[in-house]
Amino acid sequence: MIRKAGIAILGAVLSVFAGASFYRSRHLHEPVVLGPGVRKVVKLGDYFAPVKGTVNDANVYVLEGKEPGGTILLLGGTHPEEPAGRLAAWIFAENAVIARGRILVILSANRSATTVTRLGGAYPPDFTIPTAWGGQTFRMGDRWSNPLDQWPDPEVYLHYPTRQELAYVDIRNLNRAFPGRPNGTLTERTCFAITELIRREKVDIAIDFHEAELQYPVISTIVAHEKGADLAAAASMFISSMEGFSIGVENSPKALRGLSHREIGDATDAISLLLEAPEPFLDATRGRTNRALLLTGKDEFVVRAGKRGLLFEKIDENGWPIDVRVGRHTSTVLQLLEIWSADHADKAVEVSGVPRYGEVIGKGTGAFLKDPKTAAPAKLVYE
Amino acid sequence: MDTIVTLLYYLLTAAIAVLLVRNFLKRKNWQEEVLYIIILIPFVLRLLRLK
Repeated sequence: MIRKAGIAILGAVLSVFAGASFYRSRHLHEPVVLGPGVRKVVKLGDYFAPVKGTVNDANVYVLEGKEPGGTILLLGGTHPEEPAGRLAAWIFAENAVIARGRILVILSANRSATTVTRLGGAYPPDFTIPTAWGGQTFRMGDRWSNPLDQWPDPEVYLHYPTRQELAYVDIRNLNRAFPGRPNGTLTERTCFAITELIRREKVDIAIDFHEAELQYPVISTIVAHEKGADLAAAASMFISSMEGFSIGVENSPKALRGLSHREIGDATDAISLLLEAPEPFLDATRGRTNRALLLTGKDEFVVRAGKRGLLFEKIDENGWPIDVRVGRHTSTVLQLLEIWSADHADKAVEVSGVPRYGEVIGKGTGAFLKDPKTAAPAKLVYE
Repeated sequence: MDTIVTLLYYLLTAAIAVLLVRNFLKRKNWQEEVLYIIILIPFVLRLLRLK
């Protein structure tokens, strides 16, 4: 009896430690210091009431210039385990100055997915970007919505409205559930809310930030709906010649449903683009799945895979640091906006204050994150 | 409908947790007792909505 009690107490202690770790991770507050361009912060639920008050009632940062122009939507956190996307969006929200037009920024498109890590994946619960004022910690997140918010998964996931059969787990994947279903799961309702936002705000270009494993063929590229093929191709050429890195262009496949670059373009008037940067942390052949790998992108096993010709992107001992990945995203958006504005004077979006690729690498991502401790309370919100 | 299915899954989780506790109490071997306790942890964490 004493032995049983001892083992039961051991189990209780383990449960308390594990539970406390999961609770802390799920409830970690991420500060956002509103930048000079932010005019207001609204909620995703303002565009579709059934999302209001849920874990996915994300903040929508509205950056607006004095002169009228076009409207751009930046989606960070569609897949939170691809942090360069969230960080690039963060830099826009905290730094961008808008002279003309509007930029709408969502940092946690699937906020539920930011509150969990890959089951069985041994992910770190969070990561810290070093800054001059100490560092800012972010939730690690996962590719899929938290099962605590949407459970169970079906045997088969039928995408709405096409009824295409997708992997069962992708019913919790925001980038397999567009354009969304008003009476669907939390993930489908979130997609519907984003689609409604795009329609009501008359968004001209929706840009979805992502990262990809090097074993995935769609990498270091702009995936473009046919409406944005010319824009993406021009940006690719300018970036490759001016920014110090290369980026390709992929056509959004019509046969694969649920993805933002396909469904947003089909369901709304917006041009839909998706940006992919390389993230060795996601590769199946990686070694230890820790914070260092996430931030440096250095992994000897992924390098070995590259030497055997198994990868679709180069990698060497320098890895793919987070600053390189974030800088690719910021520069790509800036190039897209410059080309778009040159071709559409009445819908131009002119922005300054956002660092390009070379500047992000030179100063580090942390140089563009603002210290919440010195921010005025009215300028501070949390993700 | 989704809410009902979710509720049923929580009830299933609770039922399995009860069975695991019952089996834990019936065991005579300490290794099996440890095994049942370890298996029980994720069920408890899900019921408490922690994981």
